[in-house]
Parts: sequence; structure tokens; C-alpha cells
Amino acid sequence: MMKKLIMSVLLVNLLAACASEKPKEVAPEPAASSTAAPAVAPAAAQEAAPAVAPAAAVADELNDAGNALLSARSAYFPFDVDVVQAADKPMVQAHGEYLGKHAERKVTVEGNCDERGSSEYNLGLGNRRANNVKKMLVLSGAKAAQVKTVSFGEEKPKAIGHDEAAWSQNRRADLNYGK
Amino acid sequence: MILRFLSSVILLCVVMSAHATLNIEIVGAGEHQIPISIVPFSGEGKLAQSISAVIASDLKRSGLFRPVDAAGRAPHEPQDVKFADWAGVDALAIGSVVVGEDGRVDVKFRLFDTLKQTELTGQAVSAKSDQIRAIAHHIADMIYEKFTGDAGVFSTRIAYINREGKTNRLVVADSDGYGEQTVLSLNDSIMSPAWSPDGSHLAYVTFEQGHAVTYVQSLLMRQRMVLAAFPGSNSAPAWSPDGKQLAIVLTRDGSSQIYLIRPDGTNLKRITFSDAIDTEPSFSPDGQFLLFTSDRGGSAQIYRMPVDGGYAERLTFEGTNNFSPRYSPDGKGFVFMHSDGKQFLIATQDFQTRQMQILTDVGWEKKPSFAPNGKLVLFATEAQGRGILATVSSDGRVKQKMIPQHGDIREPTWGPFLK
Repeated sequence: MMKKLIMSVLLVNLLAACASEKPKEVAPEPAASSTAAPAVAPAAAQEAAPAVAPAAAVADELNDAGNALLSARSAYFPFDVDVVQAADKPMVQAHGEYLGKHAERKVTVEGNCDERGSSEYNLGLGNRRANNVKKMLVLSGAKAAQVKTVSFGEEKPKAIGHDEAAWSQNRRADLNYGK
Repeated sequence: MILRFLSSVILLCVVMSAHATLNIEIVGAGEHQIPISIVPFSGEGKLAQSISAVIASDLKRSGLFRPVDAAGRAPHEPQDVKFADWAGVDALAIGSVVVGEDGRVDVKFRLFDTLKQTELTGQAVSAKSDQIRAIAHHIADMIYEKFTGDAGVFSTRIAYINREGKTNRLVVADSDGYGEQTVLSLNDSIMSPAWSPDGSHLAYVTFEQGHAVTYVQSLLMRQRMVLAAFPGSNSAPAWSPDGKQLAIVLTRDGSSQIYLIRPDGTNLKRITFSDAIDTEPSFSPDGQFLLFTSDRGGSAQIYRMPVDGGYAERLTFEGTNNFSPRYSPDGKGFVFMHSDGKQFLIATQDFQTRQMQILTDVGWEKKPSFAPNGKLVLFATEAQGRGILATVSSDGRVKQKMIPQHGDIREPTWGPFLK
């Protein structure tokens, strides 16, 4: 009985380990791209570009801070809504096109929620937000196999506080190309 | 490989016992309170913890008793009790404590009905000195049961998550929040602890593998295993009353759907088939039905369906959203989180009358669960900018906050009676 239990634990763990194996990294990214500001002001991003983009990475437009769409990595949602908003569609579509042109690239879409509602419902809502972003990426050119999704529900708030200023930051799906 | 796996589990499960002091505030009173005097037990001054104080605090928290100070009167043996001295109270508890040379503690206790002038019950208990609070809770349970006819829940335990900075601890504590024991400590979120019906295991969800994975852990052996780690989220575990299966929520087939699974991770069976979020299952006490949260009608509401599958009936229609249903132990109703779009409140609803009763009023209350006797509801709320534990009597009259010294408390759940 004991043996059987340990074996099943091991099996499940092995399976889980396979499932959660991180994709191999292709190219290192400059630090600036992973800290994309929520509201991307193209002018500000252009100013920052010469300072942070290393010469070697300029070829990859994903790392071009001057590209307002590709340097943005977050889509924002109204309360209890999981549909990608019109304001974020060009950004998500640009990433879909980019992935279509770069078959070696992989991305994880991370769904997040504000703290209102139950934590389990929010885990489900974050899953739907991530799935809807994935659908739009695939419609725009990405292969489904390039896009993983994960929901963090309300567990990883970017902003702390019980007000709309914080909540609006936390209702979010992030495109994570890896570190 | 096996060794490495086991040792990593052992590392994760290091047990720490924290003697956190709580600030406990009680507001309100039951309709009919029983005045009771609990005379400080002879010899209890030698203990780290006053037994009579813990008993009085337990009984007061129930809202059904009003502890009356003994005012210097100090009988410790039955022959010392003069009923004429106790006209102001209906009940009198006396006792004595003897600390043996081996460190063991012998406690004697007697309970009197001062109106009928009779001894109702009594007990002698011998225990280790670190069991003082457990003895006091046991005596409080005896008193509660004698006077109310319901089983006391002071000896039962609760589980919750205490978050401090990046550290999340899964904690088990006495029902009054004392005696914290850390079951698991991680630098990732822990969610949704769920007691097995015999109190021997906890199922819970963590993000240590990068996504929500459900585990089952033995509280005695500290051994844990993965219950479900499918792609996507694996969450919201709930045990069936016979302990032979759990309902869990998986997103492996798209949106959050409810599945049944055995505690060893076998026999997975999907039981909801919607493209909505179906989550937070709770088994009826007879094991025949599930309550759950679903937004299949356009907003998050509470539904009931047979465990075998079939028609899901919507039960909540008030406010904008309703979440987190849990059956009452008698199966006649349920407790849940009710929202009007601005506030989140704890409410109950009766199956027969379909009447909703709101029990709280602060507006930031989450994750309710019934005490196993159905008389109290435990939930998470906020005070002083931190997550805290709180209880409310199931009639809404008595409210209690339990404010820990450290950390944010989340996701509390009340454990079963221990047999």
C-alpha cells in the first residue's frame, strides 16, 4: 500500500515536472522590455530606447523599445470581464504577428484579477483572460503550441490597495517571453 | 530519486509552533445568555495559562454564556459550594490543578446547576503541561453541551493561510486562533485548504510548480502527495462526507469545470459541462448534492446539482454576485459570500424558505465556513489594514475578531469534530 502510494506520488510528480518544464530560452532580453509600463507612451519609450537596447538585440523587434506595440506586454480588463478590450487589441495582434514570424519564440500569457470576488472564482477568471489573449494571438498568426497560459487569479497583485487605482492595475493579462 | 523527493517534502513540511498572541474582540450577545461563574481553579497560578480564563473566553465567544466574576469566592471542592452564594448565576464551575513532579498536570472539574442546586457533570483529566488549553477547551465543550444541548466546538481546529511578505504559511490552530502550527511554508501562494472529514488530512492548492496544483497532506505523518497537476489550474478541493472522493476544479479542458477524483489521484471524472466558470464545490452532508459557484447565467451565482450530474438549479438571485457556498452541517441551508457590487458580506440562505440573511456589516468579508455544530461561521476580514480571522454566530448576533500579531490571514476553514 505504502509503496503504491509513493509510486503514484512519484508518477504524478514526474508528469507534473514534464508539464511544467520551461521552454528553452532563445535569446536574452534587455531588462527594459520586461518592465513595460502599463500605459505605453510612445514618446517616452523612444527616448529610453537608445540607452537600453544593446546593439546585438536590435535585430529582434521584440526588444525594440521604440516599437510601442511589441514593447507593451500587458492587456487590461474591466471588472469581471475577460474579453480583450479594443485599446489592447493592436498590441495583442502585434504580438501574434511577431510570434507568427518567429516560430522559435514562445510566450506564456499570465491572467490576473483584482481581489474582489472569491479567490477561486478569480482563478477561473484569470484563466479565461489568459485564454482569450491566447486566442487573439493565434488568430493573429501565432501557433497554439507557442503560447502557454497560466492563471494567478488574485494571488499576484501588481498594486496593493483596496481601490480602483490598484484594482485596475491588477485586472491584467501579461505576455511573458521568459526571463 | 525517491530519497531526493522525500527529503524535499520533509524540508517543505518543517513544523514550527508559534505562540502568537491574539487580540480578541467580541461584539454583541445572544438572546438568552446563561450567566455562569467559573471559579479560578486551585493551583492554576502555577500554569503558564489559566484554565478558568480559557474556559470563560470560549463560553463568552459562543454568545450563549455570560461569564460572571467569582468576586473572591473560591470554592474548589463540592463540599465548599454554598448555593446561596451564587444567586446571580445559573451555572457554576469549579476545579483544581495539581502539577506532578514528572510535569504532568492533573485537572479536576465539576459543573453545578445553581438553580436546581445539583451537580451536573464532572471530570478528572491527566495531561502533559503543554495540553492545558486543550483541557480547558474540552471542559468548555462539556459545559456548552450540558446547557445548550448542542455539541461544543471549542476543541475543534481551524486551518488558514498566514501571509507575511513573500512567505505563505498553511497553518492549523485551535478554534480560538491559539496554538498555531505551521503545516507548510512556501514563497508562493497557498489557497483553499480543505479538511478531510476525519480531520486527518488537508487538501490545498499551491503555485510552487508555477501554476495552481492541488495537494493532499497528512497532518499526522506530514507526508504529502500531488492530487492533481494537470495543465492549467487544479484547485478548489472539497472532500465528500465519506472521505472517499474529492470534488476539484480543473481548467485542463478549457474553462474551470468540476471533477470528482479519489484521494489517491485516481478515477478522475468530469461532472460539469459548461463553458462558464464552475468552481467552489461543496458537498451536502448526505453526499448526494454539490453547491458551487458559476457564472453560467452571466454573473457569479450559487447553484446546486446532484453529485452524479444532472440539472443545476440556481439558488441565489439577490445582489450582483454570490460566491463561496458551504453547506450547513444539518444540510438545511448554506453560508456564502454575498456582494451588492460594492461590499462583500457573509450571508446564509435556507433551502426551504429561500430567505437570505446577511450576518456581517463591514463589507470586506470572504471565505465563510460553518463550525461543525452549525452555530458559528468563520470567515476572513480586515482590521488595521491586515487580513484577520473573524466569527459570527449563525443568528448574526455575536461577532468576534481575532487579530494576530503578524501577517495577513486568508482562506480560513473550520475543521470537523475529532472522534
